[in-house]
Amino acid sequence: MIGGAVGKGAVTLRAGLDRAWIEFRQTATSVVELVSWLWIPLAALLIMYFVGDAPVPGTGVTLGAQAIPGILGMNVVFTALLGLAMALTADREDGTLLRAKATPHGMSAYLVGKVLSKAGMTVATVVILLIPTTFLFDGLQVDRVSSWVDLVLVLLLGLVATLPIGAVLGSLFSNVQTLGFITLFLMALVAVSGVFYPITALPGWLQLVGQMFPVYWLGLGLRSALLPDDLALAEIGGTWRGWEVVGVLGLWAVVGFMLAPVVLRRMARRESGSAVAARREQLMQRAA
Amino acid sequence: MDGNDVPPPRADPADIGTAPIIEVHDLRMRYGTKDVLTGMHFTVRRGEVVALLGPNGAGKSTTIEILEGFRKRSAGRVEVLGVDPDHGDEAWRARLGIVLQSWRDHGRWRVRQLLAHFGRYYRPYGTPDRPRPFDVDDLIAMVGLTEQGGSRIGALSGGQRRRLDVAIGLVGRPDLLFLDEPTTGFDPEARQDFHHVVQRLTAADDMTVLLTTHDLHEAEKLADRILILAGGVVVADGSPAQLATRVSSKAEVRYSIDGRPEVRSVDDATAYVRELFERHGRAVGNLEIRRANLEDVYLTMVRNAVTGQGTGVPRELSGAKS
Repeated sequence: MIGGAVGKGAVTLRAGLDRAWIEFRQTATSVVELVSWLWIPLAALLIMYFVGDAPVPGTGVTLGAQAIPGILGMNVVFTALLGLAMALTADREDGTLLRAKATPHGMSAYLVGKVLSKAGMTVATVVILLIPTTFLFDGLQVDRVSSWVDLVLVLLLGLVATLPIGAVLGSLFSNVQTLGFITLFLMALVAVSGVFYPITALPGWLQLVGQMFPVYWLGLGLRSALLPDDLALAEIGGTWRGWEVVGVLGLWAVVGFMLAPVVLRRMARRESGSAVAARREQLMQRAA
Repeated sequence: MDGNDVPPPRADPADIGTAPIIEVHDLRMRYGTKDVLTGMHFTVRRGEVVALLGPNGAGKSTTIEILEGFRKRSAGRVEVLGVDPDHGDEAWRARLGIVLQSWRDHGRWRVRQLLAHFGRYYRPYGTPDRPRPFDVDDLIAMVGLTEQGGSRIGALSGGQRRRLDVAIGLVGRPDLLFLDEPTTGFDPEARQDFHHVVQRLTAADDMTVLLTTHDLHEAEKLADRILILAGGVVVADGSPAQLATRVSSKAEVRYSIDGRPEVRSVDDATAYVRELFERHGRAVGNLEIRRANLEDVYLTMVRNAVTGQGTGVPRELSGAKS
């Protein structure tokens, strides 16, 4: 069939986009869901608003404003990485993935849809958080074009670094309960990633741990985008370390993209009606 | 049409009932050290509705998952629509319909929205004589969900959800439909309802159906042909009527001799009883003669399989494959 391959590729992409748009709308129009994704960063912003009045010494930027990019970075990791991991685990549990497997091109379209809807949600939450903060906090550089260009670039890089890892974790963990450990781990990671507390104030080994993971680098990248340049002095090495941001997040992306197809394929291969039935049984027993 | 790589081999209506849609030869499946399937043979022909009947744990789901391409077999030859399911591509998958037991997936989607979405995937696989996908509104009407077309799937009743499952299985207008334990957990009314839907569908379209069930009545009601699965092999194969006559040619004779109870399964009850009286005369008591029905035999077989007495194949049914 001439043009068949093209037609089929287009079907996968279009079905994926259709799924992404439907699911994005479902989340974005549900107050409950939005609150469930936004309450942590919103609470963090509120606390910063009330306690972060003091200016960073020698600058016109408040401590609160300085913390905002880090909170946004944390939000990216939670919404994209954890969001995708939770979605994959839950969809495996309830049979959504099995349906995809039973459909021609279903798995690839499912993944396209899921990744795009989570990416869309992440961007949406960042925008939702950013709008009030520009009014509430002094010193954010939102009136220059370069800030927005950098913001978009860091955000894209952050998504590319975190979504594949989310897909890997979502494939490895077979139920939502065990994913709770990932949440705990991420919380601990946030604590050593200079989100609420400057990383330079931590012991050296903890600084190293923090710098191994994307949370810190996303925060740093977003600070470089949104804060005046003289605040770079407060960072490790006294600069924004732009290349390192690209390098570390890029490395996570490469690792993620190498692992994700292998792990996803393995997960997809194992999906079957009896696997879903067994998980349902397990869940019913836990509930009882 | 030439140059089309998807056409199902369904040129001639005379093919119906002859062209093999599923061929299973010496299928074996082993989990660890446990043999679940120990050499299954069967064929399903185009247009047939075939029930795989057996007790829980007999390997029905394993079999159907192998045929669906969801599980790798240990050994044997399997062809579904002329293709080994382990190597089925997307075009092959597009010709299969699988009715999954849903639970709560896609709970926030709307009925029509979900069917339209799944229909998309099948569009490149339509042929002039078999347009794909099904028209969503026709499909919704066919399974009786017209009023729920705009409803959230999570808000459907159990029975309605099950009809939606069937609709999703059918949306690609499959050549072959798999139904795995379709009515587990149904109340009697929902079950009857579901049977009507399946009967209507299989009558309307040129579609081959393989269903699994542990319910004999369901198999009798829906299937043209029943395969009874026990001990990892097909022990009986025939239409419900054929199986019933084959079985009812035997009768069960219960009696006692000097108070000792005896049971015999015999071909000619009259001759047996005559001989019994000739030999034992007045010592015979509590005489009872009963024709076995399909259910008796099936239940005995299930019991034997559960207690591990060989394959539990009653003699009446072996040799059913001809």
